[in-house]
Amino acid sequence: MQRGPPRIVSSWGNVARGEHHVYGFRSRFEDFPDIPGESTILPFGNGRSYGDSCLNVGGALLETRFLDRFIRFDADQGILGCEAGVQLADILRVVVPAGWLPCVLPGTQYVTVGGAIANDVHGKNHHRAGTFGCHVTRFELLRPDGERMSCSAQETPDWFAATIGGLGLTGLVTWAEMRLRRVAGPWLDVESIRCADLHELLELSMESAKDFEYTVAWVDCLAQGRRLGRGIVQRANHAGSGATGRRPAAGAGFAVPFAPPVSVVNSATLRLCNAGHYHRRARRTRTVEHYQRFFFPLDGIRHWNRLYGPRGFHQYQCLIPGESAAESVRRLLGAIAAAGEGSLLAVLKCFGDRASPGLLSFPRSGITLALDFPNRGAALAALFERLDAIVAQSGGRLYPAKDARMPGRLFRAGYPRLEEFLRFTHPRCSSSFWRRVMARA
Amino acid sequence: MTRALIIGATSAIAEATARGLARRGAALYLVGRNAQRVAAIAADLRTRGASQVEQEAMDVNDFAAHEAMLDRAMRAAGGLDIVLIAHGTLSDQQACEESVQLTMHELSTNALSVVALCTRIAPRLSAQGGGTLAVISSVAADRGRRSNYVYGSAKALVSAYLSGLRQRLSPAGVQVLTIKPGFVDTPMTAAFAKGPLWASPQRIAAGILSAIDKRRDVVYLPGFWRPVMWIIRMIPERIFKRVAL
Repeated sequence: MQRGPPRIVSSWGNVARGEHHVYGFRSRFEDFPDIPGESTILPFGNGRSYGDSCLNVGGALLETRFLDRFIRFDADQGILGCEAGVQLADILRVVVPAGWLPCVLPGTQYVTVGGAIANDVHGKNHHRAGTFGCHVTRFELLRPDGERMSCSAQETPDWFAATIGGLGLTGLVTWAEMRLRRVAGPWLDVESIRCADLHELLELSMESAKDFEYTVAWVDCLAQGRRLGRGIVQRANHAGSGATGRRPAAGAGFAVPFAPPVSVVNSATLRLCNAGHYHRRARRTRTVEHYQRFFFPLDGIRHWNRLYGPRGFHQYQCLIPGESAAESVRRLLGAIAAAGEGSLLAVLKCFGDRASPGLLSFPRSGITLALDFPNRGAALAALFERLDAIVAQSGGRLYPAKDARMPGRLFRAGYPRLEEFLRFTHPRCSSSFWRRVMARA
Repeated sequence: MTRALIIGATSAIAEATARGLARRGAALYLVGRNAQRVAAIAADLRTRGASQVEQEAMDVNDFAAHEAMLDRAMRAAGGLDIVLIAHGTLSDQQACEESVQLTMHELSTNALSVVALCTRIAPRLSAQGGGTLAVISSVAADRGRRSNYVYGSAKALVSAYLSGLRQRLSPAGVQVLTIKPGFVDTPMTAAFAKGPLWASPQRIAAGILSAIDKRRDVVYLPGFWRPVMWIIRMIPERIFKRVAL
């Protein structure tokens, strides 16, 4: 493998970017590449992390795009083994026709299995299924020094817990095996219910968790006063085998061909979109939706991240645990609405209490709130500081996969098992995120 | 059901093409040098929908092994609809300039082994009364350039050979397809920044399958390389010799 000149790599939010030496990896039998003595390296899947957790500016990236072979699919037992660069989209193409589905699906199918493990991603069924890592049965970890480890919760509980949610810092996951869940077909019965304020929205979200496998809420982040936290709760279950609905159009659909010179998302367009979305449909609607539309509404628009213009965007995803979570969420939404910032993408979800397997896994019992913000520099930074203060006071945490700016102390306070995790990182593995949050300033 | 033999099955373009065939439910016979990697690709293709996958390890420079391999491949599925020859090495031009032995070896891998295989495949397809022989050449075959003329001349030999073979096999209903990819984004080129001239193996594979379906003779992949290479071929030698390409 030749070492070429460094090249610019950026992540999904387009706020973090920089030069990297990029190494390819094409088969799970291959050795870890030789990198120069002083350099560090980070496994890189499909680059769908929003901030700098998937970047290693000034160092090296190990691309897993071509590490994308299925190893085995047991269609009777629902077990799938594959290399780490396989994307969830590829898995769906193979397993859905056979009546199976991955147990946990995040908001995009264009993530690799390795990335889903390294960030221990979650989905709309967290209150039932927990995180992606809860369903991973085993994987192989290849350390930069060449050591190969077969990891499972039984054989190597410590390495297993460190690598799931471990941000790629323990080494390269070369392959993984996971359990799937049975589905009768690709359809879901979806109910959408409009809620006039935060109280109603949270009540309905909590209540829906009992009878619905999937729950998620969209929040109108500009609504203030008595309308604060108004939104739409979406809840769904898999439909029976007889169900059918409108199939998504074949092919990749619409693409944003280039980044417009300024963000298309601004306060004027946002006000219109949010009000429109809130009032678009009847108070309560029931539909049958294809899983592609239900799980991955944004995947229909390729390169949607370009809509935010060349300055990119930040996502702020926090988790507030405990009894007083509702009050903290009210304060967060109040601060955001008062600043008039945000975007159409504002999502609230009540996590369940199934324990996450990773030492650094983001999800835990509580309420998570995720919002996109066009990058407007200092004004946005000031808002983030106000939000950080509320998160810190509530004993909450931010999600590294979405982050390009959290202060190190907020990260260290939010992840109490950090000290334990440090025993498993490899000195040759690092990331821009890691250096940023671990720098003691 | 399509029955295909793929030689050089571990190459990125061959693997992407095999995945396209697997999605169509094809029966595949894979040949590659590294047994472990060929076996891993076979398992992957079974999962992706191939109706049957068999594989064997063979070094294309072992010409004596070709005949028995072809026998086994023909027997495995009772005939062959497609033979894709995709093996090759991207020769190190500078090292070749300093070594006769290396140059001869590169010519053997990229040209002579292909000729040896085609010589044995031609009568089989002809006797069958049809089928497709698809061979990966390169845009580099269109003109020798100082940066890669050992590789380019090997591919030029292949292109010229296929042109003649096409005339010979055409009456028998056999399609001979010359595939000329440009820059392809593979794990071997991960280090380089990719400009607009680069194409993914998936895109090349889709072009190969479509060219087979349409019974084309020579395809440039992506298609923009056809006019680009036409221009490069038109440059007079007395000017070309002073150009750094």
